[in-house]
Amino acid sequence: MAFAVVLVILVLGSVLFHFLSPWNITPIASNWGSIDVTMLITLVITAVVFIAVNFFIAYAVIKFRHTPERKAQYEPENKKLEWWLTLGTSVGIIAMLAPGLIVYADFVNVPEDAHQVEVVGQQWSWSFRFPGEDGELGKSAIEHISTDNGFGVDPLDGAGQDDRLLTSNTLVLPVNRPVKLLLRSKDVLHNFYVPNFRVKMDSVPGQVSYQWFTPTRTGDFEVLCAEYCGIGHFNMRAFIKVVEQQEYDDWLAGLPTFAQSLKKEASEKLSVKAEKGMQVAQQKGCMACHGFESSPAGPSWLGLYGSTRVMKDGSEVVADDDYLKEAILEPNASVVKGYAPIMPKLELSELEMESVIAFIKERGNETDPEHQQGTDAGKASGAELAQSKGCTACHSIDGSRLVGPSWQGIYGSERTLASGETVTVNDAYLKESMFKPNAKMVEGYPPVMPPSQLSTAQANALIEYIKSL
Amino acid sequence: MTAQEHHAPQSFWTKYIWSQDHKVIAIQYSLTAIFVGLVALVLSTLMRLQLGFPGSFDFIDASAYYQYVTMHGMIMVVYLLTAIFLGGFGNYLIPLMVGARDMVFPFVNMLSYWFYLLAVVVLLASFFVTGGPTGAGWTLYPPQAILPGTPGSDWGIILMLVSLGIFIIAATMGGLNYVTTVLQARTRGMTMMRMPLTIWGIFMATILALLAFPALFVSAIMMLFDKLLGTSFFMPAILSMGEQMGHEGGSPILFQHLFWFFGHPEVYIVALPAFGIVSDLISTHARKNIFGYRMMVWAIVVIGVLSFVVWAHHMYVSGMNPYFGYFFATTTLIIAVPTAIKVYNWVLTLWQGNIRMSVPMLFALGFVSTFTIGGLTGLFLGNVVVDLPLSDTYFVVAHFHMVMGVSPVLVIFGAIYHWYPKMSGKMLHEGMGKFHFWATFLGTYAIFFPMHYLGVLGVPRRYYAYENYDFIPDSAKDLNAFITIAAIFVALAQLVFLFNLAWSYFKGKESGPNPWEATTLEWQTETTPPGHGNWGETVPVCHRWAYDYSVPGYEQDYLPQNYPEEAKV
Repeated sequence: MAFAVVLVILVLGSVLFHFLSPWNITPIASNWGSIDVTMLITLVITAVVFIAVNFFIAYAVIKFRHTPERKAQYEPENKKLEWWLTLGTSVGIIAMLAPGLIVYADFVNVPEDAHQVEVVGQQWSWSFRFPGEDGELGKSAIEHISTDNGFGVDPLDGAGQDDRLLTSNTLVLPVNRPVKLLLRSKDVLHNFYVPNFRVKMDSVPGQVSYQWFTPTRTGDFEVLCAEYCGIGHFNMRAFIKVVEQQEYDDWLAGLPTFAQSLKKEASEKLSVKAEKGMQVAQQKGCMACHGFESSPAGPSWLGLYGSTRVMKDGSEVVADDDYLKEAILEPNASVVKGYAPIMPKLELSELEMESVIAFIKERGNETDPEHQQGTDAGKASGAELAQSKGCTACHSIDGSRLVGPSWQGIYGSERTLASGETVTVNDAYLKESMFKPNAKMVEGYPPVMPPSQLSTAQANALIEYIKSL
Repeated sequence: MTAQEHHAPQSFWTKYIWSQDHKVIAIQYSLTAIFVGLVALVLSTLMRLQLGFPGSFDFIDASAYYQYVTMHGMIMVVYLLTAIFLGGFGNYLIPLMVGARDMVFPFVNMLSYWFYLLAVVVLLASFFVTGGPTGAGWTLYPPQAILPGTPGSDWGIILMLVSLGIFIIAATMGGLNYVTTVLQARTRGMTMMRMPLTIWGIFMATILALLAFPALFVSAIMMLFDKLLGTSFFMPAILSMGEQMGHEGGSPILFQHLFWFFGHPEVYIVALPAFGIVSDLISTHARKNIFGYRMMVWAIVVIGVLSFVVWAHHMYVSGMNPYFGYFFATTTLIIAVPTAIKVYNWVLTLWQGNIRMSVPMLFALGFVSTFTIGGLTGLFLGNVVVDLPLSDTYFVVAHFHMVMGVSPVLVIFGAIYHWYPKMSGKMLHEGMGKFHFWATFLGTYAIFFPMHYLGVLGVPRRYYAYENYDFIPDSAKDLNAFITIAAIFVALAQLVFLFNLAWSYFKGKESGPNPWEATTLEWQTETTPPGHGNWGETVPVCHRWAYDYSVPGYEQDYLPQNYPEEAKV
């Protein structure tokens, strides 16, 4: 008896909860109202079954409760009833599945006029690439990724030169225009999910997946990562700003192209040999520590060739062909002052070595001032960098504890390291933490921070920002 | 000298530790599974503390949170549910219910338990290694599972994969035994179509386990190779911590296919024994034959077969070829038909019954209610386009907890209340049992029903914290706090159950051989608990199906399966 009453109350309570609770579907902002309709059909059909089954149980346990006098009916089967129930269930299933598959066909088949945006996931931030005037995205590969080329666009693919790159985490999209998102990942699985747009899809390393939608109203929307991607997963954030077409066009035109970001104009002037050297330098990972911006890991190649450098032992060396060759063959024999002897020995052929040196010479000693200043380093404020480089996925700015230490009040404070030592958080410590994050870990935090791909100017901007918190 | 005297082990050591008796092994399996399940229960409470009261507990940082989530999930699905249904109930009930003296390979049966125990020890050891247990999520998706951005990626993940390998060896040894015993050791007259549905459920689940676990086994080994030897089964060219890894050409989605080729049948490895047991509980306590026995058997078989062609419904948004969605949505919704038939037949069994609301019956009916919710929400997620907004949200968490967390656990409890008298000779205390039922049934409803709505709202799962997400209203935090309080309440209520198990063993009412007046053979043993070899001089002969309740023309309202055809009372 009690069971029956409770069951009825549960069912009625659940129905009331559905209509009265404040937790319901997020307001839609895309063309996928049809998905909401299929969900509603499913809800209605399943709710009827849910109520019927529970009420039936409640009725039966009261009506047929145990009495010593009565005996249960003996009825092993009732073929007719069983077939009717099977038939009825099948009809219900078809009523849910058929509209579902029809709407799904819309999702699989992207409209012809959809424009493309590439979404690249990495632990724990998003970046975006747009095809340029040619309407085509350049080829990309993990092996091309370097400090200068965060997207890994193939530098030799003509189609990639005019691609526009967005490394901040606010994606702007035009309203009422279908967009096909091409999803890619540099490291692990991620999932690009905007609750208001309904659809989502994993980005998978090693392949390209897609999803499409049409934003139907202007406004700001939150992007979430919906596929577990490691410890910073819950804070892998981005935003979508839906605007009118004109505003979008203006915004897009302001983004740097790949060629601009890679100083492509210069590399067009490169000799065939230097071009080859650029490929070698990228493939062998030289660019990760050197590149053409200053970096604490290794001497920048900017203006290196022919310059005089002070070595660790105080001697002076001119960086000519012979020295560079020696530095490649025996990297740690004589190290430039201020750098750690950490460069691995590389197996390079004579020809490869010569082409790398040609590349260092031609690219590093250009006179174009625009390129000598590096990319847009320093232009972006520290706050923007903190967002776009994914720092804030793990470091809060309001004192709350996330994966890593909060930045609020961290500058100038004393911290105990996992090794038991204490450090004062100053410029030097912060810089070291950015580039060799797991060398001096604060006690109580996991060693999961990836080394930052920042220029010195960017690192300084970030430190200024951290100071201000 | 009779058969069982000849075999009866004498010393404490051979009787209770290195035992080859299926009943002792069953209890060893069950106690180990319950112990490790309690560990997982504590982990879920810790995880809920963070979600309900974010940041209030310093020791629950993001690493710890993800480790709790992972270990909770894996322990509950594999080391508790699979182990207790097959190793526990399968071991105890198969020989008794089919009228055999033991499993056909008693020594292998014993080895199965010790391998299982070893798997548990290796798994728990990962709490004590550098970096702690893996925090990769119970699905262990590469590449993140073996990369440093995930907690426990040095030793934790290795121990997890090794432990799974050992568990699968254990499950295979047990499984071959269960299947062979059902096929070869049934007593005279026990045709397949006279077997209790409990045995049908366990039998089919074991076949699924034998076919599905190898997929997990090979993926565990392949992932170990990727981790330790630098192979590239699941690893494409990627960056990790800013550096290019040496891998090339592997496919993360291949792992997902292998994992869910195991993972979906796994749902039914847990569900089919529960289906079978609940059929017998309802029939026995309603004093009425199960409705549509043949349809129930066919439903179990059809569900078992179909469960191998629905796996990719876990992968609608995984980036696999989207055209697969049509196929898997269709097969998934088709599987709802035999499943729905089972629900109809359970409730139709109540119709014109003479229902005793005993504690096992409460749990069985509670199961029908929660399973109905879990099954129906599966229709949302199985229908590919409806899954797009709901996938990876709390709707999924609520769904699978209802359907393969709460529901099977209610059956386990019901089954323990039902068979404890046979195992111990004592009844479990009814008052404590009723409290335990109400606390668990209502408590879990309070946890998981509202959780669906967080998912509809779009709240993603596997989030350590939800601060600063504007689309999540502040009221969702209150709901999370409420859910946490309900979860703590349910966890504490289990202490009453544990106390009842121990207290009743010493102080419980004597049960007699057949307290529920049930028909199946295990209730017809000479002694209770049954002795070594189960039966006396001769094994019972089966004369009828398992559901002769309230047969017209007989005074008593049940006829045991070994009750002869002719003799009338």
